[in-house]
Amino acid sequence: MSALEVAVTRKIGDFELDTSFTVDSGISVLFGPSGAGKSLTLSLIAGLIRPDTGTIVINGVVVTDCARREFVSTQERRVGMVFQDGLLLPHRSVLDNVALAVRQAGGRRARRDIARSWLELVGAAELAGRRPGSLSGGQRQRVALARSLAGEPAIVLMDEPLTALDSAVRREMRSLIRGVITSTGIAAVLVTHDLQEAEELADVVIDYADGRVLGQRTVTHPTRLEGPRESAAGSEEE
Amino acid sequence: MTGLIPHSWLNALGIAPWVWNPLSVSFHAAVEATIVVAVAGIALGYLLARTHFPGRGAIETVFSLPMALPPTVVGYYLLTQLGGPGPIRNAEVDLFGHPLTFTFTGIVVAQIVESFPYCLRFSRAAVAAVDPRFEQVARAMGMSRGRIALLVTLPLARRGLVAGVAMAFGRAIGDFGATSIVAGSVPMATTMPLALYNAVFYGTHGQAMVLALVQVGVALAILLGVSRLGKVRAW
Repeated sequence: MSALEVAVTRKIGDFELDTSFTVDSGISVLFGPSGAGKSLTLSLIAGLIRPDTGTIVINGVVVTDCARREFVSTQERRVGMVFQDGLLLPHRSVLDNVALAVRQAGGRRARRDIARSWLELVGAAELAGRRPGSLSGGQRQRVALARSLAGEPAIVLMDEPLTALDSAVRREMRSLIRGVITSTGIAAVLVTHDLQEAEELADVVIDYADGRVLGQRTVTHPTRLEGPRESAAGSEEE
Repeated sequence: MTGLIPHSWLNALGIAPWVWNPLSVSFHAAVEATIVVAVAGIALGYLLARTHFPGRGAIETVFSLPMALPPTVVGYYLLTQLGGPGPIRNAEVDLFGHPLTFTFTGIVVAQIVESFPYCLRFSRAAVAAVDPRFEQVARAMGMSRGRIALLVTLPLARRGLVAGVAMAFGRAIGDFGATSIVAGSVPMATTMPLALYNAVFYGTHGQAMVLALVQVGVALAILLGVSRLGKVRAW
C-alpha cells in the first residue's frame, strides 16, 4: 500500500495545477521553482483547499474523491504540518504547543507527558518551558517538527521548513528530519526549491514545473547522516 | 448608583456628590454596555473576518452606521423604537416591567448602540490580520473550529481586540447625543456629559470646569492604556 496517491487538478486564476504521483514511506520531496504548484499540492493533500477534479488517498484511505463528492476534513485526515517559520503559538509554552497536537485520550498531564517524549525525540526537551519568542529559528523548527508528529499523523507535510535557517543549522535540521522520519516510519512530503536540500533529504524527488509533474526519481545516499539526537537544541544560536 | 462607595468615604475624600453621582452612573453604564459590546462585537468581528456568507458587507455597514450618523439621529431612532408604541416597547414592558426610555437601562442601550461599531471594526481588523496558516496548522492538529477560535485566533488578535474594547468603553462613557435623547437627565441616572451640559445650562461654571476635567482625565487614561497596548512586546 502506498503512503500517498495524488491525482488532482485545481485552477486558481490563470494558474492550473494538474498533478499525479504516488509515494511510499520515507521522505518525498516536491522540487521545483517558486510558483510551480508545490505548496498548493500540500494544501490539497492537507484538505485546506478542495481540488476541482481527482482523488487523494492517504495510507489506503480515500480522503478526497471529487467524482464521488467525498471529502475528509483536515481535522480528520491525520496530517502533520510544518511551515517555513514554525508558526508556534507565541502565547503558549513550547510544551503546550506540542501537547495541543496530541490526540490520544487522557488528561492534560498525559498529553503533556506524550508531548515531552516528542520533544525529547527532536532534541528539544530542555526547551519545554520556554515561550516560542525566545527560541532560535532552528529551535522553533525542532519544536514545529515535534508538534507535527505529536498527533501521530499518517503523513507529515513540510512546506520549505528550512528556508529561513542559516546553512549550519540547515545541515543539522536535515539530519534531524531524516533521522526522525526514519525512526518513526511516518511518511513525509517536503517542498523545497533548493536542489541540495532536495537531494540530501529525499528518498524520492518529484520534479515540478508550471503546475505539472515533470518526473519522479529515486535518490540513493551512501554518505547520508542520520540520527535525531546527533545535535542538541542548545548547541544552536540563542 | 451612589451605593458603590459610602457617602462618608466620598466626603472624607473630598469628592462632591455632583461629581461622584454622574461619574458613577457613567462608569456603571459604560461597563455594562462594554461587556455586551465586547462579547457581541468580538464574535461578530470574528465571523466577518473568517467566514464568507451573502450579505456580509451589508451587515458590517448596518452595524457601523452609528459611527457615521450624528448621535442625536441614533438617539432619535432609539427613542422612537424604545419609547413609541409597538412590539419593541411591548417586549420591554414584558421583560423589565416598564419602557426603557428615561431609565438607567436606556442609557446602557444607547451606549451599546453607539460604541458597538468601534469594537466590531477593531475586532474584524485584528482577526483578519492573524496569519491564517496558524489556523491551518491547528486544523491539521485536529482542533475544532471553536477551539481554534478560542485557543489560536483570538489570543493572537488580542491586542487589537483589547484596543477595540477600550475604544468602545471610551465611546460609551463619553456619549452625549444618543444618551441625552433616550434617557434625558433623570435624577440618579445622569451621566457625566449630561451633568456637564446641565452645569453649563444653569451657569454653574465651576462645576462645569471640574466635570470637564474629570472627563478629560478619563479619556486620557483610556488613550494611554490603548497606546501602551501598542507598545508592549507581542508575547
